[in-house]
Amino acid sequence: MWFPLILIVVVLAWVAMAYNGLIALKNQTVNAWKQIDVQLKRRHDLIPNLVNTVKGSMEFEKDTLQAVIDARSKAMAGGGGGVKGTAAAEGALSGALGKLFVVMEQYPDLKSSQNVRDLQEELSSTENKIAFARQLYNDVATQYNTKQQQFPTNFVAGLAKAQIAELWEIEDQAERAVPQVDLSLKPKPQA
Amino acid sequence: MSAAPNLFEQQARNRRQTAAWVMLFVLFFAWLGFGGDAALYFGSVDQLGQAHYTVPWIGIAVTVAACGVAWYSWVNGPKQVLWSTGAAEIVNPQTFEEKQLVNVVEEMAIAAGVPRPRVYLVPDADPNAFATGHGPGAASIAVTTGLLQGLSREELQGVVGHEMGHIRNFDVRLMTTIAALVGVIVLLSDGMGRMFRGGGGRGAGALLGGRGKKGGAGAIALVIFVLWLVTLILAPLISRLMAMAISRNREYLADATSAELTRNPGGLAAALQKIDASDAPTTSIKSGVAHLCIADPLGRSANLREGRFADLFGTHPPMAKRITILKGMAYQQLKASGQTPIG
Repeated sequence: MWFPLILIVVVLAWVAMAYNGLIALKNQTVNAWKQIDVQLKRRHDLIPNLVNTVKGSMEFEKDTLQAVIDARSKAMAGGGGGVKGTAAAEGALSGALGKLFVVMEQYPDLKSSQNVRDLQEELSSTENKIAFARQLYNDVATQYNTKQQQFPTNFVAGLAKAQIAELWEIEDQAERAVPQVDLSLKPKPQA
Repeated sequence: MSAAPNLFEQQARNRRQTAAWVMLFVLFFAWLGFGGDAALYFGSVDQLGQAHYTVPWIGIAVTVAACGVAWYSWVNGPKQVLWSTGAAEIVNPQTFEEKQLVNVVEEMAIAAGVPRPRVYLVPDADPNAFATGHGPGAASIAVTTGLLQGLSREELQGVVGHEMGHIRNFDVRLMTTIAALVGVIVLLSDGMGRMFRGGGGRGAGALLGGRGKKGGAGAIALVIFVLWLVTLILAPLISRLMAMAISRNREYLADATSAELTRNPGGLAAALQKIDASDAPTTSIKSGVAHLCIADPLGRSANLREGRFADLFGTHPPMAKRITILKGMAYQQLKASGQTPIG
């Protein structure tokens, strides 16, 4: 007559452990997402600085600069919401920034300026931080998704209100592609 | 070694091996304390089969002393390590290189999902780096000025990723603990050896021949006592060898973690090649800190070769082997991403 009682206690203990494990993973996923957000915000804040600094020397590259500014405002608006929308808008911004950096290589004046060099380091570091935060988010989210689908934890998933977390995938082809460097001998501006 | 192990398998294997080593360390410690008691216990058995030595004083004394000394070195270890190398903390980065270093450390902390460790700069022209601390929440990374000047951003990232691996994998905690334990064993062995050479001789004589006891218990006491004495003499050497073995395994694991964090094993491989090429010793890093560094600061030949001797005495695995493993990972990564590997 003790046996059913022991069984109930063991099952309850397991449910509590599985539940807590899922909640911990859920919070980790949320936290990892916030880390990305912090870095995205930092990038949005840095871009006006960069644009203002290089504007004067880059008269001939208005299109490239405008593309960065446009991509930034779209990204700040959230790009249609959800992980997918944010990922697409931020991916486009990364692409536009990448192009700007490639173009900047052609201006020796800009490259030698300490201010620009600092800003560029700051921005590429922020780019890296976004990439690494995204990497961490995807790892944690995958762990969370796997856990709530696996037997027997999947029985507790409903109780913990666990839902599949969307992964941050690189949608934009421009970000995946290697930046094309223009080697044709167009007349370069003498800065 | 199986052909080209993947990253996570390698981490799992290294963890198992390290756990086994730590267990051995604890057992060794217990033997050092209670083995002496066992000898005294069996030695004190009289004709009636009654043991007169019942309280394990040596074991208790060793445990208490070991805990005290270990606690002290555990708390002060990282501070002493940093102080001994003349490292200065970068609080407000001034130069471009310093800003870049702080940025790279922040990036790797984000990738590892740990709080940002403190960043230190060691004034030394030879490229090297180490990490120390009590765990992911309270850790420090130190690099030499030579490393900062000689490496590209990508390579620096690989090195910082390696050190971040030491922090995230709790290596810094393990290493601080082991440094404390080795210190205790050396101290203990020294102290007890002195005791025996002095007044202890009498005690041992009484133990072995004194009470006129018979047969079995006396023989057991003699065997245990001799074994215990031999361990006591060899303790400092053995414990150092153990610490070195743990350190070697952890270097491979940190290399693997660096590759996992940066997803760019080639960066660390290139950095290791550069560090290896500058064969001058890192003068500001003393031998006591050697096992924490990314490359042996003393440039000892034991770390250059593979084999029995190197396996026993080096704090670091052979550089060529580490580079080969990293390049293997880079090759697999290229293959997995569908590109044609070159070179």
